[in-house]
Amino acid sequence: MKIVVLVKQVPDSTEIRVDKETGTLIRAGVPSIINPDDLAGVEAALQLKEKNGAHITIISMGPPMAADMLKELYARGVDDCILITDRAFAGADTCATSSTLAAALNKVGYDLIIAGRQAIDGDTAQVGPQTAERLGIPQVTYVDEIIDINDTTVTVKKALEDCEQILEAKLPCVLTTLSGMNEPRYMNCNDIVDSFSKEVKIMTFNDLEIDASKVGLAGSPTKVHHTFTKEVSAETQTFTLPADETAKLIAKTLKEKQLITK
Amino acid sequence: MFIDTCYNLEKDCKKISFQRYAWLKKLVKKITIILTHEKNSSKIIMDCAFIVKVYMRKKHVLQILWFNYMYEERRTFMDFMLTEQQKMMKKLFSEFAEKEVKPLAGEIDEEERFPRETVEKMRTCAMLGIPFPREYGGAGADYLSYILAVEEISKVCGTTGVVLSAHTSLGTTPIYMFGTDEQKKKYLPDLCSGKKLGAFGLTEPNAGTDAAGQQTTAVKDGDDYIINGSKIFITNAGEADVYVIFAMTDKTQGTRGISAFILEKGTPGFTIGKHEKKLGIRGSATSELIFNNVRLSKDQLLGQEGKGFKIAMQTLDGGRIGIAAQALGIAQGAIDEAVAYVKSRKQFGRPIAKFQNTQFQLADMQTKTDAARWMVYSAAMAKETGQPYTYLAAEAKLFAAEVAMEVTTKAIQLLGGYGYTRDYPVERMFRDAKITEIYEGTSEVQRMVISGQMLR
Repeated sequence: MKIVVLVKQVPDSTEIRVDKETGTLIRAGVPSIINPDDLAGVEAALQLKEKNGAHITIISMGPPMAADMLKELYARGVDDCILITDRAFAGADTCATSSTLAAALNKVGYDLIIAGRQAIDGDTAQVGPQTAERLGIPQVTYVDEIIDINDTTVTVKKALEDCEQILEAKLPCVLTTLSGMNEPRYMNCNDIVDSFSKEVKIMTFNDLEIDASKVGLAGSPTKVHHTFTKEVSAETQTFTLPADETAKLIAKTLKEKQLITK
Repeated sequence: MFIDTCYNLEKDCKKISFQRYAWLKKLVKKITIILTHEKNSSKIIMDCAFIVKVYMRKKHVLQILWFNYMYEERRTFMDFMLTEQQKMMKKLFSEFAEKEVKPLAGEIDEEERFPRETVEKMRTCAMLGIPFPREYGGAGADYLSYILAVEEISKVCGTTGVVLSAHTSLGTTPIYMFGTDEQKKKYLPDLCSGKKLGAFGLTEPNAGTDAAGQQTTAVKDGDDYIINGSKIFITNAGEADVYVIFAMTDKTQGTRGISAFILEKGTPGFTIGKHEKKLGIRGSATSELIFNNVRLSKDQLLGQEGKGFKIAMQTLDGGRIGIAAQALGIAQGAIDEAVAYVKSRKQFGRPIAKFQNTQFQLADMQTKTDAARWMVYSAAMAKETGQPYTYLAAEAKLFAAEVAMEVTTKAIQLLGGYGYTRDYPVERMFRDAKITEIYEGTSEVQRMVISGQMLR
């Protein structure tokens, strides 16, 4: 079975600076990590490999420095790492990104595609589903557990806010995973040493069969007009009430604000 | 043809300085290995061929190459620019220490409990055979990577640091360095993969610093040896499966009458005695080994008969870098705790980090710890690159241990009354630091080794 995991390198900071002119993130100087939801996807793939045997390919799209992150995935036990990198892909929104990834996936081949639910920098949760649509294959989002897999189908648990669903999907399909679904394994000293003799394969625009108008800025219908920090108003009300009434008031307020449902 | 060139080159080399000779010899060896094994390392062959060619024709170009080489070597020595591989290793160790070792550190100290579960987790990360070749089940990484592991783990737990250090430096290294092919094949894969844990038994009640005063005896009986006696203060005792121990095979010969043996847990007559109650590293198992007519076959003799003292001393040379790394880790761990504390602790209306005394104390603590780090890493690099390192290891251990003691004392002072309690880890770190001035050669022994080299 050929499993492909889509992985993104994201800035490891809550203090992300934004370029005021372009409205895009300034990545220089911010330490990078593997997006947590994606890392859960990698772990899920590794567990499947241990259980049933599989070949795991990682595909990432990003600047050349993302290759270091991919080496770390070699050190966790994946088989192949591909970095899609080209100036032609710069400035891509989720629409252009999924087009590019789909083109790469068609080239690489797949039985199962795993992507993280969403990246901690953009929080769109769109790339996984869009990729599935472009490939014309089923998708299950918010996967919390892969229950069973065989040559034709996969059974998963999907975690929604107030319920869980057990779903079966035909292969090939796309699953998007939640970071809470597992505890990603550590790198392994042997694999770290080996990872330095393995190559991160580079794919550029010329390697993919895709129209230039569908990638990068040109292929991105999303335009960021203005980026700003939301102002938080600190309006405080003080109540002096007996304990039971206080509890009722808190519950009522939380319900009104739709922070709790029951 | 290459071989001839190499041979001539080596002959010529003997006329030049020792250091350059060593470099060229290494080169020649590399070429010979490549040619004999017909390995497809075309780049190395090209490099070597180029240098050999240049050497034959233009000696001044060789001079430039030599300076470049020395510059590179010095960079590794002086800047400690960790390689990408070492950085990735460090990342793993630090993440592992933070998530797996730190949460247990207080508990295993309090309960004086061996961290078996952590050893098991280290095994899954292949951390128990870091500097040994892949053919014996090791990770095939460098010595500095192993030192980084001891340092990162000791930052949060001195006990776990010494478990790793004693297993790697003392239990496994002597078998790797002095074992026969059969012994290496028999013991190393299990030790390097962490399936088995290693230990080292040299110290006796009457043979501490004076290690030559061994009273444990090994008497020949046909092809076997019968061991009688005991060892004390043995790290990992009872928890380890494989022990490298020392015994007198010939009392009349003094140090030349000492031999080394490999002993396995469960051998009839071999028992674990009293478990020591210690000031620090309380989770580490420190016990007595008792040998009562233990029969060992000649296959369990490590190295030649009578060469045990040399094996012990050379093993301890390397081990000292491990303990120096443990001391370094403890010192840095205490600084990290102190920095976090002084930022949040308020007195006289502001965080105590704003007071100059705090700032100056911290600056001194970090400066000394960084100096110790420099020494520990250079000793590790010297060992890795095949340079003499005995005195570097002794200096690193002496200095790092004393820095660890000083820094942990100051850290407690910065935390004040809280620092003296078990609510904060600096109290444990202070207790753990003390042993680094004592085991694997006391600070006094290190001074003997260093001055011995100076006054030769």
